[in-house]
Amino acid sequence: MYQTKYHKPDSLEAAIALLSSSDEAKVLAGGHTLLPTMKNHLAAPSDVVDIRGIANLHGICEDGGSIVIGATTTHAEVADSALVLSACPALACLAAGIGDPAVRHAGTIGGSLANNDPAADYPAAALGLGATIVTSQRELPAEDFFDGMFTTALEDDEIITAIRFPKAEAAGYAKFPNPASRYAMVGVFVAKTSGGVRVAVTGAGEDGVFRHDGLEAALAGEFSPEAAGSVGISPDGLLSDLHGDAEYRANLISVMAKRAVKAVA
Amino acid sequence: MSDGIGARVKRKEDKRFITGKGKYTDDIRVDNQAYAAFVRSPHAHAKVVSIDASGAEAMEGVLAVLNGAQLTGDGIGNIICGWAVTSKDGSPMNMGAWSALATEHVRYAGDAVAVVIAESQSLARLAAEAVEVEYEELPVLVSTLDALADGAVQIHENAPGNLIYDWEIGDAAAADAGLAAAAHVTEMEITNNRLSPNPMEPRSALAIHDEAEDHYTLYTTSQNPHVARLVLSAFYNVAPEHKLRVIAPDVGGGFGSKIYIYPEEITCLWASMKTGRSVKWTSDRSEAFLTDAHGRDHISTAKMGFDAEGRITGLKVDTIANFGAYMSLFSSAVPTYLYATLLSGQYNIANIHANVRAVYTNTVPVDAYRGAGRPEACYLVERMMETAARELGKDPAELRRINFIQEFPHETPVIMTYDAGDFDGNMDKAQAAADTAGFPARKAEAAARGKLRGIGYSAYIEACGIAPSAAVGSLGAGVGLWESAEVRVNPVGTVEILTGSHSHGQGHETTFAQIVAERFSIPIENVQVVHGDTDKVQFGMGTYGSRSGAVGMSAIVKAMDKVEAKVKKIAAHTLEASEEDIVIEGGEVKVAGTDKAMAWHEVGLAAYLAHNLPEGMEPGLKEGAFYDPVNFTFPAGVYIAEVEVDPETGVTEIVQFTAADDFGTIINPMIVEGQVHGGIAQGVGQAMLEGVHYDQDGQLLTGSYMDYTMPRADDLPSYTLEHNTTVCPNNPLGMKGCGEAGAIGTPPAIINAITDAIGTNDLAMPATPHAVWRALQAASVATAAE
Repeated sequence: MYQTKYHKPDSLEAAIALLSSSDEAKVLAGGHTLLPTMKNHLAAPSDVVDIRGIANLHGICEDGGSIVIGATTTHAEVADSALVLSACPALACLAAGIGDPAVRHAGTIGGSLANNDPAADYPAAALGLGATIVTSQRELPAEDFFDGMFTTALEDDEIITAIRFPKAEAAGYAKFPNPASRYAMVGVFVAKTSGGVRVAVTGAGEDGVFRHDGLEAALAGEFSPEAAGSVGISPDGLLSDLHGDAEYRANLISVMAKRAVKAVA
Repeated sequence: MSDGIGARVKRKEDKRFITGKGKYTDDIRVDNQAYAAFVRSPHAHAKVVSIDASGAEAMEGVLAVLNGAQLTGDGIGNIICGWAVTSKDGSPMNMGAWSALATEHVRYAGDAVAVVIAESQSLARLAAEAVEVEYEELPVLVSTLDALADGAVQIHENAPGNLIYDWEIGDAAAADAGLAAAAHVTEMEITNNRLSPNPMEPRSALAIHDEAEDHYTLYTTSQNPHVARLVLSAFYNVAPEHKLRVIAPDVGGGFGSKIYIYPEEITCLWASMKTGRSVKWTSDRSEAFLTDAHGRDHISTAKMGFDAEGRITGLKVDTIANFGAYMSLFSSAVPTYLYATLLSGQYNIANIHANVRAVYTNTVPVDAYRGAGRPEACYLVERMMETAARELGKDPAELRRINFIQEFPHETPVIMTYDAGDFDGNMDKAQAAADTAGFPARKAEAAARGKLRGIGYSAYIEACGIAPSAAVGSLGAGVGLWESAEVRVNPVGTVEILTGSHSHGQGHETTFAQIVAERFSIPIENVQVVHGDTDKVQFGMGTYGSRSGAVGMSAIVKAMDKVEAKVKKIAAHTLEASEEDIVIEGGEVKVAGTDKAMAWHEVGLAAYLAHNLPEGMEPGLKEGAFYDPVNFTFPAGVYIAEVEVDPETGVTEIVQFTAADDFGTIINPMIVEGQVHGGIAQGVGQAMLEGVHYDQDGQLLTGSYMDYTMPRADDLPSYTLEHNTTVCPNNPLGMKGCGEAGAIGTPPAIINAITDAIGTNDLAMPATPHAVWRALQAASVATAAE
C-alpha cells in the first residue's frame, strides 16, 4: 500500500530519467516535509529520488554580481558561509533561524523552495532579493516560480539546480515565529536592490509568499523603520488560524517590516 | 549521615536514565510477540453501521481483527469512573457506558471500534487502515457551554441534557448573605483551559497470556500498577487478581494521565487470550494527543465580597466542568472534592458556596492532570484576589495579608481542615526575594525601553497526601488511599524497600533510600527501592496527588519502626543490655554510652541465622506496614511573577519568577527544586502556551507539536526558589508534598502579572502573543471610547 522505491542517482540526467519514467516520483532534497508526510501516510510516492548525491547541485559560489547557491546546500552551510555572510548577511541570518540545528544540517534551500511552504523562510529571501531559480530546464524569476501555497511552476520532471541571488545594496529579515511550530507566522524580507526596494512577506498570505506594494513604495521614498511603520496593512487575503487571525498577522507584517529595516542598519 | 534527610543526594536512578539504559514498557520484547493497532473513529459523534474487516483479515501477517461485540460477548466489562459523586438532589451521577471497543456508538474522534493484531507494528497499522467502517454521522457537541443548552444533542442515553451531576458544597444562603453584606463585590468569568498532558514516554502495553496457567502479565505505563490490577480484575473481568500480574517498569512521566486504565490495556490483555500471542501496543505522539485523558476545562462565574476594610465576606462560585465523551477513572472527583474544597485558598472566608455541573461533550475524556482540581481553584481564587485588589485600589499583597488564615488548625466552610502553615511568612520570603519594593523602578526602566512591565501574585494552597481512606470513602471514593511498604533487611545488612508508590520521574529510588540510610545509619548504596510490580510489591495505591512522600514514605517509616524495634531486641539480647539503651548510629547498633556494639550487618545476620534470638522471636528481619493518613497535607506558598510585554506584538517575557514554598520537611532539596521547576514549567505552559482546540466538528486542531505549544527551555525564566518550613503535624516525617505546587501556583501569578502590565483584567489562558495583543487592542479601544 505504501511501497516506495528509493533511488540515489549521481547525475542530474539520471535523476530526471527516474522522474520521467515513474508513476509518481518525489524528489528528496532534505526530506523535512516529505518524510514526515510519508510516515503519516499522507503521501505515498512510488519512487523517491534522492538528489543529494549529485555533485554539482551543491555548494556556494560568486558569479558576477550574484551569489549562486546549489539546490542541495543545507541551511547550516548557507548560514555559515563566509561568502554569504559578507555579501548578504540577511540571507545568512535567515538560514540560521530556520528550524533547529538538526533541521539546518539536513534541510536544503532547493527543497525548501520547491516545497513552497507558506510559512517557510527561504521564499521570502528569494522573492525579496529578486532571485532567479535555476532548474534542469530553465531559469525562472522568483515572481514566476511561486504559484500559491505548496505550489510552484516546477514541472513533474523538473529539478531545481541552483538559486542565483543578485547582491543587494542592503537587506534585512525579521521573523515572528509561530509559538508551537516556530515556523514563520510572519516573516518580512526587505532589500534595496538595483531594481528598487523589494519587500517580501512569508507566513501570512493565503496564497503563500507575496510582495507588499505599499511597503515597497513607502520604503522607496524613505528607507527607514518609521516609513515602514507608517504603512497601513490590510488583513485581506491574510491567513487566520488558532495562532493568530488576519488582523494580528497584518499587525505583525507592519512590526516585522520595521524590524527588518532596522536590522539592515 | 551525609546521605540522610535534607541532603542533596544525586539521583541513584539517573545513571540508567541518562545513559539510555532505562527499561520502559516498549523496550520489553517477549517471544511470540504480536502488535496491536486500533481502528479509530474519524468522526466525533456517529453510529457504527457496519465493520468490514475482510480486507484486513486477508492481509498476510494479520492474526486477527477484533471488535467490540466480541469483547463484550466475552464478558469484558465497561470502563468505570471509580468515585461516585452524588448530585445535590441526591441522585447518583449519570455514568454513560464506555466499552474498550465501541459497539454501536462512537463519541469522540479517536474512539476505538476495532483492533488489528498482526506480526509487526507497521503491518498492524496498515491493516487497521484497511478495516472498513461505515458510520452514520450524528450532530457534534464540543463546547462546554453548549452541552447544557436546550436541544443539545444527547451523547449518553442515561445522561439527560448531557448532565453528569449537579453538585454543591458549602452554604448557599450564607454565601449570598455574605455577598449582600459586602461593601464591594468582585465578579469574574473564569475559564480554565484544556490541556494535553504530554508525558515524554507515550502510553504502552504488553499483554502476555500463559495459556497453561491461564495467567496474564501486563507490562504497562502506569502510575499505580496495583490499582490497575484491581480495576482490570474487579470491573473489567480480564482475570482474577491472583491470575494477573501488572508491571509498570520505568515510566517516563505521567502527570496524572497514566493513573487511569484505558481501552488499549484492556484490549491488549483480552486480545492476548484471543490470539494466543503476546500483544504489544505503543502509542505514538499523534495517538497520545487523540486519546490520553486531557486536563482541566472549566468555565466558572465567581463573586467575591469584601467589607470596607478589605476582608472577604463571602464567595460564590458556579462551575461547569467538561468531562469529554466518557467518565475517566477519577474524573468525577476532580472538579468536586479536589477543586471546590480548596476555594477558601489561604483566606479566612466564613461563607463559601460552590455549585459544579459536569457535562459530556464529543471530546477526549478529561481527568486529573498535575494539580487536578487544585490549579482550577487556585486560579479562580487568586485571579479574584488580584482583580479585587485593583478594583479596591489596594496593594495585592496587602489584601491577601489582611485575609490570610493565622491560626491552625483552621476549618474552612468547604470541609477542609488546614493543619499548619505560615502564610505571612511565605509572603515575606517571596516579597524579599522578588524585591517587590523595587518593582516601580523596574517598571519605569522597562517603559523607557518600550516594554510594559507587570507584577502578579499567587498565594496557593493545595490538599495533598491523598488521602484518609475513611474520609474519601464517605465522599464516594471507590478505593482506600493508604499506602503500603515493606522493609526487608537482608542477612548481609543491605535493605530492600518494597513500596506501593510508583516512581515515574519523582526520584523515589533516591529519596526513599535516604530516609532508610538515615534511620539505620547505613550507606545509601546499601538500600534498594523496589516498586512497580504486583508480584514483588505486596500492595499499593500508587503515585499521584503529591502522596508518595506524605503517604508512601510514612508507610516506610512505620515499617522501619517495626524493624528497629526488632533490631533493638536482638541487639539487647546479644549485648546483654536493656532494649531502651540500644541506639543505632555510626553504622552500629550499640549500647548507648558504652563500647558494646554490633555492626548493623551482624544484627541482620543474627536475625536470619536464628542461632541466638530472644526466646519466642521469629527468625528474619522484614516488616510490612500500611499507612492511612489522618488528614490531607496542605503545602502552600506565594509565587510572584514579573513579566514584560512587547505592546507591538503581544510577546510576553517572564523576566523574574519567585516561588516561596512551604512543603514541610524536605528530604532532598535538589529533587524538590526539580519538582518545583517542572511544575512551574507546566504552569507557564498552561498560562501562556498550551491549549487544546477542537473545531466545530470535533476534530482535534492541536494534534501535534506543530500546533500544540509545549514549553521549551527558551520560554522559561530562571527561577528564584525559597522555602519556608512549617512541619506537617499529621505524619511522622512532617512532609506535605511538592509534586504539583508549581503547576498550581504558577498560572494565576503569570496572568496577574500580564494583566497588570497591559492594564486590563480581560485575558484568558493561554496568554499567547495573539491573545495579549488582542487584549491590548480591546483595552485601547475601550479607553478611546471613554
